[in-house]
Amino acid sequence: MPPLFELLEVHLSRSGEPVLEAFDLEVPDDGVTVLTGPSGSGKSTILRLCNRLLVPDSGTVRFRGVDVSQGDPCVLRRSVGMVFQQPTVFEGSVLDNLRAAEELDSTAAADLLGDVALDASFLDRRARDLSGGEQQRLCLARTLATSPVALLVDEGTSALDRKATRVLEELVVDLARRGTPVLWVTHDLDQAARIADHRRSLGNPS
Amino acid sequence: MSAVLTASPVADPSWLGLVAAGTLIAVALALSAAQQLGLGRSILWSAVRALVQLAAVGVVLGFLLAESTSILWSWAWVAVMVLFAAWTTARRAPEVPGMFTLSLSAYTASGVVTLAVLFGFGVFELEARTLVTLSGMVVGNSLAATVLVGRRLVESLQERRDEVEARLALGNTAAEASAPMVRSSVRTALIPQVETTKAVGIVLLPGAMVGLLLAGVEPAVAVKVQLAVMYLILGSVATTTAVVALGVRRRAFSADHRLVLDTPSHDRGS
Repeated sequence: MPPLFELLEVHLSRSGEPVLEAFDLEVPDDGVTVLTGPSGSGKSTILRLCNRLLVPDSGTVRFRGVDVSQGDPCVLRRSVGMVFQQPTVFEGSVLDNLRAAEELDSTAAADLLGDVALDASFLDRRARDLSGGEQQRLCLARTLATSPVALLVDEGTSALDRKATRVLEELVVDLARRGTPVLWVTHDLDQAARIADHRRSLGNPS
Repeated sequence: MSAVLTASPVADPSWLGLVAAGTLIAVALALSAAQQLGLGRSILWSAVRALVQLAAVGVVLGFLLAESTSILWSWAWVAVMVLFAAWTTARRAPEVPGMFTLSLSAYTASGVVTLAVLFGFGVFELEARTLVTLSGMVVGNSLAATVLVGRRLVESLQERRDEVEARLALGNTAAEASAPMVRSSVRTALIPQVETTKAVGIVLLPGAMVGLLLAGVEPAVAVKVQLAVMYLILGSVATTTAVVALGVRRRAFSADHRLVLDTPSHDRGS
């Protein structure tokens, strides 16, 4: 079985500065793989290469054995969901946010909210009025609306308090247990110890 | 257009009268001095510049509108005007990638659409004086909106980069991910012209109408001409803003739906 993601000899520069040089990585196709590394080591860049928000200057990125540069990037991104560092909710209600990902009826939308421990009464609330932790759970629900087969989490709890962090960790770990493999980037080694089934590190972790 | 000619006397200010009108600049200069606005030199320079530019245009128009001059010269003048407007637009919006080409396309598209309607449906007869003046209206009135929509869209794509990328990560296309920013930029650029159109006649007597009335044209005829001009301007502003917005979007994203517009101040992650 091919790995979930495979980066081979990847080079990427930004503004003339190398971010990744001859970089190789294999991410197993099960559980939670945590990628740790100090700030600026290229962790977020790697996630963006996996769903083609970035493309390498040279080298290959594969998703389950298939070069991600082949095929429709929109289809790839719907299969490989991503939760960002800052909860980024859109203008409008919680339901509007979920519908930005997929045409959903109210029942399906309420079910999705249930998956992230938010009840249906949230559907009509203005997304920007939610707390940081609720917004990040909404972002996770919105990502799950496209039924992704893998999940990327980019420092997904760095803007959250301790309680909200634990809630999100539990939700994502549970998702991985139910068969959606996760690649989670963090600089928090304690968090890595709590959630990782597999660990990879870049440079010297701080 | 022959209908606009009437027997009313043309309001033709004497040279002495023009000098007297020029003394009104002193009012602006006095205000600048009294309030310490530091605009004295600027006011004087703008007044002199307007004098020189209008005198030069007067000479050119005298040539273009002469009966013996071929209308091809008027088309050439329109081409120069469009090029100059595109250059000015690019200079005013240096942060917009490829703005010269974009605005050149926008002014050309707008000119083709609006003039085709006006001349094609016989609203005005195609002749040097209608071609030159109406083209000037199209370009001149679209310029501010063109600069505004380009700058606003680039700014909002940069400021709302996180939102754009969050939408792209959901599998949205570039068009879908940027739709809220495109909509708000076009609205921002169009609203001033829409408001001007609403206010016309009540709080504003527009330039073309004032000109016709001073030239002795009957009010009913001046109103008809002005209405056609207002619609022309509204149509041209809408066309240029749409073309520029779509052009900026095309340049801001790659063919594989990645946001490739640089964000100088944005920390693009670890």
